[in-house]
Amino acid sequence: MANNLGLAVKPVTETPESEKKRVAEWINTEEYKELNFKREALVVMPPHTCQPLGAELVAHAFEGSLPFVHGSQGCASYYRSTLNRHFREPAPAVSDSMTEDGAVFGGQNNLHEGLENCIALYKPKMVSVFTSCMPEIIGDDLTSFIKNARNAGLVPEEMPVPYANTPSFNGSHIHGYDAMLLSILQTLTDGKKVEGRCTGKLNLIPGFDANTGNFREYKRIFSEFGIEGLILGDISDVFDSPLDGEYRTYPGGTPLEDAADSINGKATITVGPRSSAKTFKWVEDNYAGTNESMPMPLGIANTDAFLMKIAELTGHEVPESLKAERGRAVDAMTDAHQYIHGKKFAVYGDPDQLMGYISFLLEMGAVPYHVLINKGTKKVAKEVQALLDSSPYGAKATIYHKHDLWHLRSLLMTDPVDAIIGDTHGKGLARDAGIPLFRFGFPIFDRVNLHRRPIIGYQGAINMLTEICNKFLDITDETCDERHFEIMR
Amino acid sequence: MEKSKKMRQIAIYGKGGIGKSTTTQNTVAGLASLGKKVMIVGCDPKADSTRLILHAKAQETVMDKVRELGTVEDLELDDVLKYGYGDVKCVESGGPEPGVGCAGRGVITAINFLEEEGAYTDDLDFVFYDVLGDVVCGGFAMPIRENKAEEIYIVVSGEMMAMYAANNISKGILKYSTSGNVRLAGLICNSRNTDREADLIEALAAKLGTQMIHFVPRDNQVQRAELRRMTVIEYSPEHKQADEYRTLAQKINDNKMFVVPTPLEMDELEELLMEFGIMEVDDEENVGKAENA
Repeated sequence: MANNLGLAVKPVTETPESEKKRVAEWINTEEYKELNFKREALVVMPPHTCQPLGAELVAHAFEGSLPFVHGSQGCASYYRSTLNRHFREPAPAVSDSMTEDGAVFGGQNNLHEGLENCIALYKPKMVSVFTSCMPEIIGDDLTSFIKNARNAGLVPEEMPVPYANTPSFNGSHIHGYDAMLLSILQTLTDGKKVEGRCTGKLNLIPGFDANTGNFREYKRIFSEFGIEGLILGDISDVFDSPLDGEYRTYPGGTPLEDAADSINGKATITVGPRSSAKTFKWVEDNYAGTNESMPMPLGIANTDAFLMKIAELTGHEVPESLKAERGRAVDAMTDAHQYIHGKKFAVYGDPDQLMGYISFLLEMGAVPYHVLINKGTKKVAKEVQALLDSSPYGAKATIYHKHDLWHLRSLLMTDPVDAIIGDTHGKGLARDAGIPLFRFGFPIFDRVNLHRRPIIGYQGAINMLTEICNKFLDITDETCDERHFEIMR
Repeated sequence: MEKSKKMRQIAIYGKGGIGKSTTTQNTVAGLASLGKKVMIVGCDPKADSTRLILHAKAQETVMDKVRELGTVEDLELDDVLKYGYGDVKCVESGGPEPGVGCAGRGVITAINFLEEEGAYTDDLDFVFYDVLGDVVCGGFAMPIRENKAEEIYIVVSGEMMAMYAANNISKGILKYSTSGNVRLAGLICNSRNTDREADLIEALAAKLGTQMIHFVPRDNQVQRAELRRMTVIEYSPEHKQADEYRTLAQKINDNKMFVVPTPLEMDELEELLMEFGIMEVDDEENVGKAENA
């Protein structure tokens, strides 16, 4: 064996081809699956990522907000690179780069110097601080650190500095998203509640959603209604900014003044009940208007509920344009249903999205079969079960809420399905199982522009349907014998 | 998290082995006998902060359950919250075996869990945190962060190292008091029968800018009660030692003296010890000399 310089290299171990082949086949067996499901201490290919990544996403989503990682630099690079691989956009964020001495003495000095530097260099309107593991383990007290920074005059008096504890070893990115959003809203709205004032606006909390197309779709829906809506944490212009030769550090985001005034809004809807649970609980206790928590509008029924709720809360009728859109979506579904009806799916994702996919599949008469909840709890598993129980097409599903993608691989190999809905991390599984993967989740590293096409609303339902059914038709064309190769499908 | 205004949260610190857990539980039993609703949160991996209230060897701790379940997310409050004498709510944070892992993070995890699961109910008059000997890291300072304990009592005796520890803890409180509302509320002297003990602790308290809130005399009745895993208050309510703890409880209930402490420099502390004959005045020359040299 020779290396790239042509020098002889002696392999440390030599595995005979026959042994490689035996193992490759063995990991597809029922016997291996049983062993795999007995695995306890090891996670292989976790389907979720960590709290600070979610915190960073929402820290980008407000005007002039600079995400600030209190903790290790390597961690900060990971969140940033994950976001820019997904969006193919820069994710400008800073870290106070705690090292060995920070771990011993606590990170207050790092945080203070970091705040001074980043405010001077990057001129943010707000610095949104969240943590990596290290300061969480050593018990850094952000509340006092930031208070001390203010007392020492390191932060301009008027500058909001929300902060959230986001230990990576607990929960997942959706919990970090929730914690950071909560702190941002608490900080911005502090003292802004005015008795009797109503902005007349509808606040929308999208929950952890890395699809900029969805955000534009929400805004289009508001404008079809003719209402003023405010998305609390709007990433659409931040991570989908025009290429016009000018670099902007802060290309968009929810305006801070509007976010501050959101506490006097007419109503607030969260469509990410599980990724904004704590935020929404606080909103319910503190915001002036009516507050509603509902499923993410994926599929027809969820979108119907969403639009009717907007109509109810704002007093505006559902516009004819959206009614017509619904009709077109239903027509599209009818046209395409025979290509998806009865097809078995493995689905995995964050709870809010996952329940949306399931709802959509059930509407199409498709069969959610292996259902893997990212970082699922018993409570969420129960909610997913209730959704599956609502349709006869959900009867064959099994829920896995404490499992990873390597478990899912065993399921796919021993009890096959027709397709997977998930994110890029599922591509190896799809390849091994010889089935398509539909990338509706986060992150998507290996396809272009999928974060730009909405999957919410009626238009989103058409988009999901089109991708799925056309792929199945492609497969038919690629694999059918000549006799069945048809021009028309 | 919003807490009801009337709930007072109290942290008990002091040198290891000084009798924090015993004093805390007897005092809590005293408060309970005054009709107060109390919760004890043990913040020590040894988990011995609630045994006298629960009559148990050791309560199952938050971290025990987390170890068993492999996650804190599926843990429920009922799994770890027990009721003992006088309807006192008891929770132990627990932690790893000595020498491994991170006990400080265990305290953070446990207290976050209690907050999220709503253990701090409005009907509580007092929450007591019984904390490991020294504030060795950020985790053990968790009980005195913002929105948690604002009153600290230090258990101390007339022994030199106990007083050193009390002074060090005061330094910690001073640091935290600049960014929050944590205050020193008093020294509790848990007597070791050293010479002029009460006077000495009174003098130390005065230097720290606080008070000796109570002098708890040494009495073997405490140990007799402990053998039955009971507080003196429950074991022998008529005994004079039970009166001492009830008095301490009443004093804590009535206490209004919450100060930012003024910790002593090492020289000052040594002077104080010399003044009371605990250190010899001519120490400096003799330092490092053997007895028969």
